[in-house]
Amino acid sequence: METDIDKVIKKYRQGRREELIPLLQEIQETSGFLSEDAIVKVGKHLGLSTTKIYGLATFYDQFKFFPKGRIHIKVCNGTSCFLEGSQAVLNNIIDETGASPGQTTRNGNFTLEVVSCMGGCNNGPVVSVNNEFFTKVKPEQIPEMIRKLKYIFEND
Amino acid sequence: MEDLKNFLISRVLLLESDTLPQETEKSLQYLRRDKTDVPLIFISSGTSSMIAGSEKTYFSAKTYLEESDITADIIRVGCTGPFNYEPSVAVQMPGKNRLFFRNITEEKIEPLLNGVFHNDINKDDLLGQHGMKGFEMWPGVPFIGDLPFFAFQKRIVLGNCGCYDPESIEEYIARGGYRSYVKTIRHYTYEEVCDIVEKSGLRGRSGGGYPTGLKWKQALNTASGTRYLICNAKESDPGSFCNITIIESDPHRLIEGMAIASYAIGSSSAIVYLRSGSDYAHSRIQKAIDSAREYGLLGHNIYSSGYNLDISVRIEPGAFVCGEETALINSLEGKRGMPQLKPPYPTTYGLSGKPTVINNVETLMNVPIIMQNGPEWFRSHGTDNSPGTKIFAVAGKARLTGVVEVEMGTSLKTIIDDIADGIKDGKEFKAVQIGGASGTYITHDNLDVPVDYELMKERDAGMGAGGFIVIDESTCMVDLVRFYMEFIRNESCGKCIPCREGTGRMLEILEGIIRKPANEDSGTTLERFKGVMQLETIAAVMKDASLCGLGQTAPNPFISALKNFREEFEEHIFDRKCRANVCRGLRTFSIDVDKCTGCTACAARCPVNAIYGTRLQPFFIVEDKCIGCGICFDICKFSAIVVK
Repeated sequence: METDIDKVIKKYRQGRREELIPLLQEIQETSGFLSEDAIVKVGKHLGLSTTKIYGLATFYDQFKFFPKGRIHIKVCNGTSCFLEGSQAVLNNIIDETGASPGQTTRNGNFTLEVVSCMGGCNNGPVVSVNNEFFTKVKPEQIPEMIRKLKYIFEND
Repeated sequence: MEDLKNFLISRVLLLESDTLPQETEKSLQYLRRDKTDVPLIFISSGTSSMIAGSEKTYFSAKTYLEESDITADIIRVGCTGPFNYEPSVAVQMPGKNRLFFRNITEEKIEPLLNGVFHNDINKDDLLGQHGMKGFEMWPGVPFIGDLPFFAFQKRIVLGNCGCYDPESIEEYIARGGYRSYVKTIRHYTYEEVCDIVEKSGLRGRSGGGYPTGLKWKQALNTASGTRYLICNAKESDPGSFCNITIIESDPHRLIEGMAIASYAIGSSSAIVYLRSGSDYAHSRIQKAIDSAREYGLLGHNIYSSGYNLDISVRIEPGAFVCGEETALINSLEGKRGMPQLKPPYPTTYGLSGKPTVINNVETLMNVPIIMQNGPEWFRSHGTDNSPGTKIFAVAGKARLTGVVEVEMGTSLKTIIDDIADGIKDGKEFKAVQIGGASGTYITHDNLDVPVDYELMKERDAGMGAGGFIVIDESTCMVDLVRFYMEFIRNESCGKCIPCREGTGRMLEILEGIIRKPANEDSGTTLERFKGVMQLETIAAVMKDASLCGLGQTAPNPFISALKNFREEFEEHIFDRKCRANVCRGLRTFSIDVDKCTGCTACAARCPVNAIYGTRLQPFFIVEDKCIGCGICFDICKFSAIVVK
């Protein structure tokens, strides 16, 4: 059976090393993360060892090796947001969700990511939840916000 | 559509003379939206506007027009510059000057449009009007060009930002776009283009200030069948957003600049290396490339000049160090983005071993302007050593933040006091940091320094790529230095030891300075002090021995902060005090018994249960348990919590 990964690999017919990163990026875009299966297949296609590909993929922040959680929280930690107190917001989110930066919680509910600038510098700290932006977030708003998000799971 | 395309190509792009005939000019007026028969509504739509909610404004404007049965065009334009005014909306009634409004959220758009259509404008959200020749003025409305934010700027590169629909190539051509590119490939040789740019004195805008024309010549003079041009749009300094805003607002000029630069070095393939996570900029630039291809501006044998060019977009996979030239090339070749020893420089041995020119977005944006107006015109702006303008992304504690463009030679004071309108909340100015995560701090004494590569270097300040962070008294410098060091530590690629180990050690020591004193009589105090003594040595070694710019400049914020704010460091180390009350570990809280009402709000929220007391009686905080998080301080409604 042809999977989505095979379809993506087929597009990169030349199989050159330069195509490795765009290929991995596209696989991640279609399936959300890089599975072991995907890395092995890419290795076969490009004639590269699996360790090399894994070594490359772990070097870059963009590649993820676990599926994303149902709720994807991004916290901006650019200088502007930092000056406005994003660190306290981030700490509270870590406390409330139990996810550490760059990781997904075990139950697969939350993925937390820290980004260096989202471009909303006058509105900091900026937090995005499933691509919806919250601006001028105060640390004390976090517990309420996370409780509401958790409520959605319980009634799903 | 096809007619319009043929018209624009034959009557505008391929026209030999510099001035357009009158009838062509007349029909272009409509395309440029200088003239209009229906009301035009311009809604800004960059990343910053979207975060502020511009998409919602767009849809409520649409519903309003449908419901009230009014014919009007809604156009999504890029950001004009000031981020505080997002989402910004401009309205142009037929025959009248364009009006600009600020902070138009979804609920405000309906009354606003209603007012404008009935000639009764709401002055609260009004910014001003944009004066255009032969149009009726709005009485009693100030001109937007007179606002200090715009009056002190010189908008050459940003000239198109927020004025046209970035997804419409027709509008860009009607505004005079792509004409200098077509003229270049039809009438100039490679060397001539390099000469013009060299004569103009354009220097790399990414901070180094290397003459652009010279760089091009080096690549051109290296014998090779293939050459590459790369536009470095990997801008991932925390708090820097110039490139993304430019690409979102004016992608076509970047394409034109890249096309001219590619021609000048005889390259037939160019790459935009875009930062990851900027989906909006990606879709805009991809659309711009597609429509340029449709117009035959990219492709094979462009307008029978015998020149071929294709531009592709590559998304950087998320590593700060990939902004470095050699690391960038490695990442494009499908390897780990680690820098290499220079020389050989990319201009002689770059991507796939071929000569490669890597230019910054802002540098390339200047190229079409130079080709259009000539090198002498360009030289008449700015200073002798640094002609032209410079774009900064003003952020931090300034009252107005956003993307600004100033003529070289403008003092930093003008940018902070006049353009950005000073410091917000009436606080005191402390320093400004130029150049992102590895920039130095400029204090009050040096604010008169003009924006100029050499003059800034004399005062220990780098030009940087455009980061401009304004810092006020409420910021702790030690904490800020720690923040940058943590960022660099995370982003260090790990290839060379001074950078990999040095950043880690420096971060450890800095964290030691701001950590809560555990048991002062054990050896930790001595250890901490030893570390502090060594910080300067580590910084010096990193500066000398690191392989690439990331490691070499990583200690800059620390060195500069130590020089300018030594007393703050000493307070942290000796007195264990943070004057800005930012460092968690060094602050303790206590409760003012006279003010405390015993509402229990703080005790309920304390994460470590350090607050005790009986209901309706004053509470108290156990100092040993307190971690200094400040939740109680934020939550107390009676300001009974005091910081010590």
